Amino acid sequence: MNTMTLPAPAASGGGPLRRLSDLLYTRRGLALGLLLVPPLLWFGVVYLGSLFALLANSFFGLDEFSGVVDRSQLTLANFREMLQPANVDVVLRTVAMAVAVTVACTAIAFPIAFYMARYARGSQKALLYIAVMLPLWSSYLVRLYAWKLLLAKEGAISWVLAELHLSWVLEALLATPGIGGNSLSFSRLGTFIVFVYMWLPFMILPIQAAIERIPGSLLEASSDLGAKGSTTFWKVIFPLAMPGIAAGSIFTFSLTLGDYIIPQVIGDSTLFIGQVVYRQQGVAGNIPFAAAFSLVPIVVIGVYLWIAKKLGAFDAL
Amino acid sequence: MTVAVTLEAVSCVFGSGAQTVRAVEHVDLTIEGGEFFTLLGPSGSGKTTCLRMIGGFTLPTSGRILIGGQDVSQLPPYARPVNTVFQDYALFPHMNIRDNVAYGLMVKGVDKAQRLRRADDMLELVRLGGVGDRRPAQLSGGQRQRVALARALINEPQVLLLDEPLGALDLKLREQMQTELKALQRKLGITFLFITHDQHEALSMSDRIGVFNNGRLEQVGTPPAIYNTPATRFVADFVGAANVFQGERARQLAGVDSVMLRPERIHLGGQDRARLSGPVLDVQYFGAFSRLRMDWAGEPVVVDLNPLQLAALPDAGDTVHLHWSEDAVHALQGTAA
Repeated sequence: MNTMTLPAPAASGGGPLRRLSDLLYTRRGLALGLLLVPPLLWFGVVYLGSLFALLANSFFGLDEFSGVVDRSQLTLANFREMLQPANVDVVLRTVAMAVAVTVACTAIAFPIAFYMARYARGSQKALLYIAVMLPLWSSYLVRLYAWKLLLAKEGAISWVLAELHLSWVLEALLATPGIGGNSLSFSRLGTFIVFVYMWLPFMILPIQAAIERIPGSLLEASSDLGAKGSTTFWKVIFPLAMPGIAAGSIFTFSLTLGDYIIPQVIGDSTLFIGQVVYRQQGVAGNIPFAAAFSLVPIVVIGVYLWIAKKLGAFDAL
Repeated sequence: MTVAVTLEAVSCVFGSGAQTVRAVEHVDLTIEGGEFFTLLGPSGSGKTTCLRMIGGFTLPTSGRILIGGQDVSQLPPYARPVNTVFQDYALFPHMNIRDNVAYGLMVKGVDKAQRLRRADDMLELVRLGGVGDRRPAQLSGGQRQRVALARALINEPQVLLLDEPLGALDLKLREQMQTELKALQRKLGITFLFITHDQHEALSMSDRIGVFNNGRLEQVGTPPAIYNTPATRFVADFVGAANVFQGERARQLAGVDSVMLRPERIHLGGQDRARLSGPVLDVQYFGAFSRLRMDWAGEPVVVDLNPLQLAALPDAGDTVHLHWSEDAVHALQGTAA
């Protein structure tokens, strides 16, 4: 047998880069740790840090005379202030709007998402994706002011309804207390319509993803076992789409809770949580109260998720 | 015997224009009540489409499908008296095992206490008592397979359709499930329509087999009939190992255009009265037997040898002499590929 001369293994004698590579390869945890440090720093320091700063601020007070934030002592005054009827109204109004917007978005998004996931193929599917995402390519403000024009008294919507001799429907809606107003753009109904429009893509995409993950054989099995379409929908499709609906509703719910621009441009000039926070920290300079108020959406979302979990929304995850 | 399923000139065509796929072409088939019937064929041969048409998941392009004498050709799956065990089991992941099994009864409106009790009984039947509270994801493949079986049987179907149900199981488990399925079928007396591409499975379990190729039913018969007297070259090749000779060689052996000779029907012997002689190409060891290939003037002849009957296996290059009895050579129809 002739002895073959093999090149010496490079592992031990390589350069520093090679040693680093070997080290990362043999210590998998190290590589993972290095990859995770930047996002964890961002998440931990910047995101959670600012959240805790917010929480801390909410326990400070404001000096009545100088308008300077008093950090010398902690107080619950901001939270007591929030229990004032006017502020409770703001919270209830905002939460009611968020619930209504979420329900409406779910109802509108589900059929679209179902079609995209189950029936659309090839270029049709791509077109639907683009159609859903297209509004997100333009500025939120541009779309908002476009809606202001659409909803105005002389706007396209009233014109179309007038041409169809359906103006009485619009008038009846605008005369309804609670949602009505001078015109659509000055009514809470208008605020609702624009909220639903703005957040709809955030509901469609998660539901679509959830439905797409349901194997076709499950629907066939349900039908095979004797279930008609409606039973299959409520017993199989809907529960399995629930995580998608939950994910989408977190978007629609929290975006509605926090938004301060839409109700300012379109609506009956009653206040929403976002507007109160905006005014308190801006015009009034009352950062502690703004901080306390901005904790409301966090608490509401927490309660919302807890209820969703209790109802089994995440069972199919 | 009553007739369980009848297919009359059933065809199924997918797509249109240049992309037309003739999945099933003009299939006539009668399955008797209480029979274990297997559709055997390679993937893409149309056997699954055939089962899906009986289940109602695919509608036939033409022809009629009767179940228990009733024309169901255009009925949706939920209106047909058949149930299916799916290849991927298709258990509902958001329900526990008991609710999965009870699903068919829940749909029918059977009250909760009763349907859950029946579900537990079905789970006992497939020897899975005690897992009712678990989720499908917590079970092994074999267990999920049994759950799918229990779920399909709880509605007491006239025909149980099984779409390659053992395909995902490993060999040992598959063999065990074959025995159990067969025993369950005998016990319940329900007609089983079983789909597989595994010829061993088909031969060992079935009362009758239908062999599919290219959307057509090539032959229907009992396992021995399919194995010993295949109708076409395809059936001969697909079921078991076979030496198939055509043209001049076939005429030399049996005076017909196409013949088949099973490797285990050939044995080695002396030069005297040998049917064929030639050099050994190679010998493969398979444990229970060894497979020898002999060169017959440019075409290999496969011979399965029982090692106990030979003092020593021949080596490559040795000359061997092949013997067989007259009835070992089986004439095939035509020259169908």
